[in-house]
Amino acid sequence: MQSFLGIFDIYLLEAVINGILLGGVLALLALGLNLIFGVIDVTWICYAELVMIGMYGMYYLVQVFHLPYWAAAPLVILLVALLGAALHFLVIAPLLTAPPINQLLATGGVLFILQSFATVAFGIDFRNLGIRLPVLALGEMNFSYARLLSFGAALAGMIGVYLFLTRTFTGTAIRAIAQDRQIMPLMGVDPRRIYLVTSAIGGGLAGLAACLLVLQYDVHPFVGLSFGPITFLICVLGGLGNFIGGFIAAFVFAEIISLGGLFSDLEWGYVLAFAFFIVMMFIRPAGLLSRRS
Amino acid sequence: MTGMLELKSIDAGYGSFQALFDVSLDVRAGEAVGVIGPNGAGKTTLMRVISGLIRPIRGTIAMEGTDVVATPPHRIVSLGIAHVPENRRLFPRLTVADNLKMGAYMPGARAHYVERLEFVFELFPRLKERLQQMAGTMSGGEQQMCAIGRALMSNPKLLLLDEPSAGLAPVVVQQVFELVKRIRASGLTVLIVEQNVQQVLRVVDRAYLLEAGSIRAAGSAAELAASDTIKQAYLGV
Repeated sequence: MQSFLGIFDIYLLEAVINGILLGGVLALLALGLNLIFGVIDVTWICYAELVMIGMYGMYYLVQVFHLPYWAAAPLVILLVALLGAALHFLVIAPLLTAPPINQLLATGGVLFILQSFATVAFGIDFRNLGIRLPVLALGEMNFSYARLLSFGAALAGMIGVYLFLTRTFTGTAIRAIAQDRQIMPLMGVDPRRIYLVTSAIGGGLAGLAACLLVLQYDVHPFVGLSFGPITFLICVLGGLGNFIGGFIAAFVFAEIISLGGLFSDLEWGYVLAFAFFIVMMFIRPAGLLSRRS
Repeated sequence: MTGMLELKSIDAGYGSFQALFDVSLDVRAGEAVGVIGPNGAGKTTLMRVISGLIRPIRGTIAMEGTDVVATPPHRIVSLGIAHVPENRRLFPRLTVADNLKMGAYMPGARAHYVERLEFVFELFPRLKERLQQMAGTMSGGEQQMCAIGRALMSNPKLLLLDEPSAGLAPVVVQQVFELVKRIRASGLTVLIVEQNVQQVLRVVDRAYLLEAGSIRAAGSAAELAASDTIKQAYLGV
């Protein structure tokens, strides 16, 4: 009995830690989406597809052009940041005053365009970087370096965004514009510029997520489906546009997935997470951190 | 005294609703000018048209000779016009420090951020104590101080004040008008819109009476305070 508990605890601890590691990457994904929603009041349905394009970018730079990983990553972050800015400039900006459903449908259209583009341009094969990172053995627990690296980089990315938003004039304007759009010109702020910068940051975060996810998952044109929906659920659970809520919700989801996977199959972890989401929507429809009215 | 702000024959409104009819007005450097009138007379529209939040249908606005109507709204503050909007419009979930920072957003003001902050603290020592507090959690008077402070952060030549006494307790209203006097004394030109006619006529040099979107009377503060129409309609004597 004693030895059974000992082994059980080790696996439990391993699952908890893996949950935290997964939570970091999910929080990074959620932050990008939340930033766009909170500031521009638009939901990028195609957010995960930007990540998919970024993953292909990594694949081509590393596997085809033989760039080292550390050199390819900044290029991909820049590429997806530009893609985010272009998405805003070409699709969102003309629809800023349109009804939300039109914006949703337009970004939904971009989702299918990107998926189809990837199918035509890259084919439907599963691709990977061919990088095998070692596994860290801590006693009887095993952690993959890919996950540890992803967690560290995701955390660094989020801290970077936090510092930008709190320390710079542009960052302060990004937080201010969500609270009062109309008076921004009185501050000397051009809202169009702030929206463009925010979109580039949102894209950059998707690019960073792509660099990290490609270490753990193969890329194919529909890979966005495997983490797009969960990113949306995290944002909604945390309260759309609420950065701290999204951060907490990402770890809640990750732990449910990870612990659910410990007691049963990994797929059951997802089932539990989505069931939890539905229950929470009844209890706290405005998000985990919503103020009670 | 030279002309600083000049409005000529301004028509303005929202969609098909016209709020201002042929309004001409001027403010000279160093002056404090009031615009008085009842609710719905177009006073706020007048302020918004000067700071570029809405554009006039007809007429010209010049700030020290620069065409304001041709200047993009976010560049008008660089001409030296700072607008304290109606109801203060602070960013409620930003700290006082961040609100003040927003006032110094434009590149010309960022360079003097620290000096301007000192100036604002000198005028409103209370704000220094409240720097890390969320602006929306302060009292109405403190919020008004913060809103004026935010406008002063851009180092303006002309300060537009839209109903600074609205929604404040009588004691606080007194304090706000004291502040307006001190701001004037620091060398700023002030254009102030108010329903509180009695109080505003004590702090301004000249005033215009705006009714139903048109200027009905103009003159020195003493002349207007003595005029029968204004006495009966606004001063309750």
